[in-house]
Amino acid sequence: MRTWFLLAAMVFSTVLGDLLQSVEMKRHGEIKEFHPRRLARVLAALARKKFLILAVALMAVSFFAFMTLLETADLSFAVPASAATLVFETILAKVVLKEEVDSRRWAGACLVAFGVVLLAR
Amino acid sequence: MKTSDRLRLKTRVFTIVVVLSNALGNFALATGMRNRATASALDYLAAIFSPWVGTGIVLLIVWLLSRMALLSWADLSYVLPVTSLGYVANALIGRWFLNEQITPSRWAGTLLIVAGTVLVGLGVPRSQRP
Repeated sequence: MRTWFLLAAMVFSTVLGDLLQSVEMKRHGEIKEFHPRRLARVLAALARKKFLILAVALMAVSFFAFMTLLETADLSFAVPASAATLVFETILAKVVLKEEVDSRRWAGACLVAFGVVLLAR
Repeated sequence: MKTSDRLRLKTRVFTIVVVLSNALGNFALATGMRNRATASALDYLAAIFSPWVGTGIVLLIVWLLSRMALLSWADLSYVLPVTSLGYVANALIGRWFLNEQITPSRWAGTLLIVAGTVLVGLGVPRSQRP
């Protein structure tokens, strides 16, 4: 029960964090300048974006959930099970971000979903 | 050395660093966290500064940075399938060094996940918007 709760917390925070990160980075626009001084200015601008701050906080939540999960769960379960994020992220990329998801990517997400189901047995 | 050769060598070296730092980082983290019972923020702090968990965190930071660096020149469609080998590496480490029982259905699940990641990675990295 505890395992599933921790896994759900980890997957949920990763998915939400990645979603917010993607929204905010797209809103910022493509990063083209990689000169250290320019990059520092980009970082300073990004550090004030609310969604990004939230995304980083969610990454931390995800990491602590993973750490706690490893107290009791097998490594060979915890790591592949975290791939469940890919399934939810693909769905949200389509629904929320309105990305074009081709059939190959759907097929990949389905394979991952079946894989996670097999892990759960 | 030609530029293309140098890039190929650099890509190979970074790919190995990405896969190894992830697998070893997870191994150290799992070893350090096993049978702990963290309940308070202090417990977490104590865990973070313990040798195994600390090593794991440092290695996972190396993983994050080396993966970011690799992504700065290599296609995501190369990075995603190649680094999904990490799932297999983690399973083997669990089996050999952490004495985990890996049932056939867990192997099958892990391999399906690798296959799924490869399939996603084969797609285009940017959706073509009209």
